[in-house]
Amino acid sequence: MTTTLRFRYAKLGKVRFTSHRDVARMWERALRRSGLPVAWSKGFSPRPLLSFGYALPTGCESVAEYLDVHLAEEEGTPDRPDGEQSETSADEQRPWSPAGCVAALPGRLSPLLPQGVDVLAVGKLGDGVDSLQQAVTSCSWELEVLGVPAEELATRVEDLLDARSAVLRRERNGLQADGDLRPSVRALTVLGAVDDVPGQKVARCRLHAELATQPRGLRVAELVQRLGADLTLVRACRTQQWIERDGIRCDPLAMTGRAEDSFHAPHAEGRAS
Amino acid sequence: MDSLWSSIEPLLDGVSTPGRYVGGELGARSPVHDPGRVSWLLVYPDTYEIGLPNQGLQILYELLNERPDSLAERAYAPWVDMEAALRGAGLPLFSLENHLPARAFDVIAFNLSAELVYTNVLNLIDLAGMAVRASERAAGDPIVIAGGHCAFNPEPLAEFIDAFAIGDGEEVVGEINETLAAHRGTDERWSDRAAVLRSLAEIEGVYVPSLYEAHFANGRLLGVSPRLPDVPATVSKRTVADLADWPYPRQQLVPLIEVVHDRLNVEVFRGCTRGCRFCQAGMITRPVRERPAEQVFTMVQSGLERTGYDEVALTSLSTADFSGIEDTVRRIISDPQHGEHVAVSLPSLRVDAFTVGTAAEISRVRRTGLTFAPEGGTWRMRRVINKLIREEDLYGAVDAAFSQGWRRVKLYFLIGLPTERDEDVIGIAVLAKRCVEIGRRYHRSPTVTVSVGGVVPKPQTPFQWHGQDTIGELRRKIDLLRRACRGVRGLTLRWHDPEATAVEGLVSRGDRRVGAVIERVWRAGGTFQEWSERFDLRLWLDALAAEGLCLDDVVHRSRDRDEVLAWDHISAGLHRDFLWSDYQDSLNEAVVEDCRWTPCYDCGACTSGALEHVVASPVPPAGGSQGTGQDLSCGDRVPVRVLGR
Repeated sequence: MTTTLRFRYAKLGKVRFTSHRDVARMWERALRRSGLPVAWSKGFSPRPLLSFGYALPTGCESVAEYLDVHLAEEEGTPDRPDGEQSETSADEQRPWSPAGCVAALPGRLSPLLPQGVDVLAVGKLGDGVDSLQQAVTSCSWELEVLGVPAEELATRVEDLLDARSAVLRRERNGLQADGDLRPSVRALTVLGAVDDVPGQKVARCRLHAELATQPRGLRVAELVQRLGADLTLVRACRTQQWIERDGIRCDPLAMTGRAEDSFHAPHAEGRAS
Repeated sequence: MDSLWSSIEPLLDGVSTPGRYVGGELGARSPVHDPGRVSWLLVYPDTYEIGLPNQGLQILYELLNERPDSLAERAYAPWVDMEAALRGAGLPLFSLENHLPARAFDVIAFNLSAELVYTNVLNLIDLAGMAVRASERAAGDPIVIAGGHCAFNPEPLAEFIDAFAIGDGEEVVGEINETLAAHRGTDERWSDRAAVLRSLAEIEGVYVPSLYEAHFANGRLLGVSPRLPDVPATVSKRTVADLADWPYPRQQLVPLIEVVHDRLNVEVFRGCTRGCRFCQAGMITRPVRERPAEQVFTMVQSGLERTGYDEVALTSLSTADFSGIEDTVRRIISDPQHGEHVAVSLPSLRVDAFTVGTAAEISRVRRTGLTFAPEGGTWRMRRVINKLIREEDLYGAVDAAFSQGWRRVKLYFLIGLPTERDEDVIGIAVLAKRCVEIGRRYHRSPTVTVSVGGVVPKPQTPFQWHGQDTIGELRRKIDLLRRACRGVRGLTLRWHDPEATAVEGLVSRGDRRVGAVIERVWRAGGTFQEWSERFDLRLWLDALAAEGLCLDDVVHRSRDRDEVLAWDHISAGLHRDFLWSDYQDSLNEAVVEDCRWTPCYDCGACTSGALEHVVASPVPPAGGSQGTGQDLSCGDRVPVRVLGR
């Protein structure tokens, strides 16, 4: 059985202005520096086998990004090609080992990633687990919008949630199409006004939203657009991704099996929140 | 000094590629400003993606941040959307490290790697909040310095730049800083700009244009001479004698967003004596100075480990000429520390099968395309430009490339060369078609892409006297080629816009009067002129007309031997007599050999600076004919059988 590791990481601050592809390259470089034995694809142009989840739009922050890393070494493979076992465990001699060092990976990888990208948790993935792209069904977001006071925003949110459908004209790939975004809005609440921003003149509110990613994703910008043309989205942070199966909603790291196989890095989460 | 970040941040949601403006690269410093350190803003006048990899800027960035008496931050040209957002919000050009306004710096220093960025230089000075003309700047404004290859004809920018640094920057940047630090200690920052500039002019390799007067009569330049007796009549370039003393950059910047040349770059030698007559870089960077192989290896090893890159480029003007290149690359790829997925790339491949063999061995990943630059379509033409590639070398190289797995071959050619006849232009198509045929032996649908560009005779080269082809003549030659290439499956022809070539000629060889043209184009909105979607010939023609100048006189006219050239007071060490006789040799199809391995022909580069070549191997590399002393009488012979197979 080959090993796949699932990482949860944050993307906060200035680095949020980089794209999904940029983050992929940051990870490739960090993993090479870490010495982790990442598996490579075969063929004319081999690439490291990394699978990223649902892309985070450029400019958004997140404390809930996920990445699956497929490792080249099989679990339990002896360190030495001749199979000889030495007194000290082979795990201790290697830069990384499946059994011993997974817990230490967040602390080892974060310094190799740009400031603002912090590894929060890691777990080993069982066999036959769906890829993140297939499995994730919805994402939770914390949003901040400028434009109207909290009471007015709450009324608009109520109207949207009460509506049977909410049509939005969207442009994608140069084509305009009307779409009903209502089914994609799983939850939407006004958390309150934000009044601690110095020099702020326009009303600023914080919202929580849970938006479906399947069958087709709803973008936070589209949601805000539907709530009113007088609103400006000034901050968006993905706070959670969800996998819902048979009515049960869980975190993608819950797919990593036994709880003790997941290792959270509390200091990093503290920083991220 | 307060950071502008909180004002810049809200703009970034509305602009393309916002990652250009946030900094945060691995290797970036966050220098602490204090009165004891001269602060430099190093500016590359093009987009972040083009400018970030520039090695010259990165070397100076490290050197200035290592010194106790200086510090450096960086800026790149904001794209037009960001520039509009900044101007709309009343914000200036800013640094990436601390997001400080450009005017907060003591020095703003531009890297000049291409001539078409000149309008951007003016735009950035303006965006920094200063008068674009040096003479109109206020006391207390930053000193504006420029360096790089284009500084070898500084005259088109003479009205806008306070001081130019000519040649290698490693040593002179420290001397400039010491001079500035001395003034800064006594001054209310640059309260006496004239005195600061006078002191800078005393440094070898520094040209202060305001201390020189350009004399004209009847529309011709008579000379550029010092206004004061103690200012040198000629400014000679600076040259670092031994690259081993300068193992920089030690901490190459790794950007957060994708840039050009997104890989580790290690310079293996500087200078080139192949003697290609059109090549300004080869002429102005002489002599050849190799980095010791051991140091190259150490820089590669530590660089890969630090950056996490999986590709390293060994850079130079002709990397296959590095002594012991095979040993060096073999050592890199067999180093277990890097794993099996490190690719080594050799830009500027020499055209021969031997070199391709080395390339095949080392680029085991991402083997997509190989590029060769025969430059001339016929052997006669290649003798004129002294790029001595025999046809059998080209076919051998192309055969080796296709047989070893490459499917795409790109060929670079110049048109508009001296003595060029239509048969030379058509010769490009003939070569390309043969290359396609070779490709068909190995692949069902091989691709050969031919890129042609009009030659721009550059200052400080043997072609500096030569009249550049007109836009119409280049178009006619491109049409000839298009007809000759038509209907050949797998052959693609690309060409550089002849209009942009004409303007490049204008700003390359222009004298001080061209400065006003550049300013008019900038004022009319002509920024990012090297970007084809932004280039506008009309702006340039209108500006030329308004200044009473024309392309014919500056660009297309051949000069006489004795005509004063705009850059005659700037010396790259090359004797004017050598350049002229090499030009005459060119017209007579006479060739010169590479003086690394053959006797000196006294171009002046070594003797002027009391320098010599630093080359580990006393003999030319095996294989290939480019100036390696082989029999060159049969270069146009089409081999019956391609060698090396």
